[in-house]
Amino acid sequence: MKSNLKVFLKGILDVSPLMIPVVPFGLIFGVLAIDIGFSPLETMGMSLIVFGGASQIVLLQLFSGGASSLVIISSVGAVNSRHLLYGAVVSEHLSDLKIIWKIIISYFLVDQAFASSNIYFKKNKDHNRYFHLFGGGATCWFIWQTTTFLGIILGAAIPEKLGLSFAVPLTFIALLVNDFRKLINVIVIIISGLVALFGYNYVPYKAYIIVAGLTGIITAMILTKLIKRYE
Amino acid sequence: MSDWTLIIYCGLITFSTRFLMIALLKREMFNDRIRDILSFVPSAIFPAIIFPAIFLDTSGLFILENNPKIFASLVAVLIGVISKNIIATIFGGLAAYWILIFI
Repeated sequence: MKSNLKVFLKGILDVSPLMIPVVPFGLIFGVLAIDIGFSPLETMGMSLIVFGGASQIVLLQLFSGGASSLVIISSVGAVNSRHLLYGAVVSEHLSDLKIIWKIIISYFLVDQAFASSNIYFKKNKDHNRYFHLFGGGATCWFIWQTTTFLGIILGAAIPEKLGLSFAVPLTFIALLVNDFRKLINVIVIIISGLVALFGYNYVPYKAYIIVAGLTGIITAMILTKLIKRYE
Repeated sequence: MSDWTLIIYCGLITFSTRFLMIALLKREMFNDRIRDILSFVPSAIFPAIIFPAIFLDTSGLFILENNPKIFASLVAVLIGVISKNIIATIFGGLAAYWILIFI
């Protein structure tokens, strides 16, 4: 069995390539938050307390659109429902851990750390394998906090002309690259996008993210069921 | 609700979704069907962030003409389909966008 430190370092190493797009994302988040009117302390607080890129961007978008707190919180919840899957997938590797470790690992369970450690867990069954997820998550955490901080400081210095805010939708497009070749996913993506687009102005309380997400999931449920029937 | 209260609530709900399954699940509580459906969550949710950011301006109006973001996003999607590479997708899209607005 490898030492805890070695597994931790392996976690850092494996997640590193996934950190490259996180850098502009964190910068943009810092810049946008200040732009919208959050204080530097609140912006840093968001990255420390929430620690989730998608959640924080949704928070900003809806906040600046004047959505109510209830809608913002439930939209953040909807965006985060994918973590239920991550948790369910990794839980079998963490079931023997003390509660405090489960809390620590949960805080660090972000998209990139999950993606990299899920691969590692499939091949390694050592008792200390959770250190891989800890290492990956801690790396994401470090990069996210640093780039948020830089975004806050650089805010005014980054020219608006560069259109860096466009990197936000690009990042989310990139997170879907593995789904572009699956027909059901493509249909779900288009339907959800169109519902959000046309619902943006018409769905009350700015709840368009929740409505689009639900429509997408229902579409997926119907399509997967139909396909099973014809197989 | 103050900004800080809002941030803390958003943090709590984010943490809960990560912690819930790790804390409660012993072995296999989800059947294949639920697992299958949950795997569609990114495809169902992320477009709700992507599409308005590309097609709408800050006041929620459609910008369909003279909108370099549409073409640049198509470039990004195309690169994504071919390469399946996250970094290439982001920077390819950004490069296409810069070429369009600066040239």
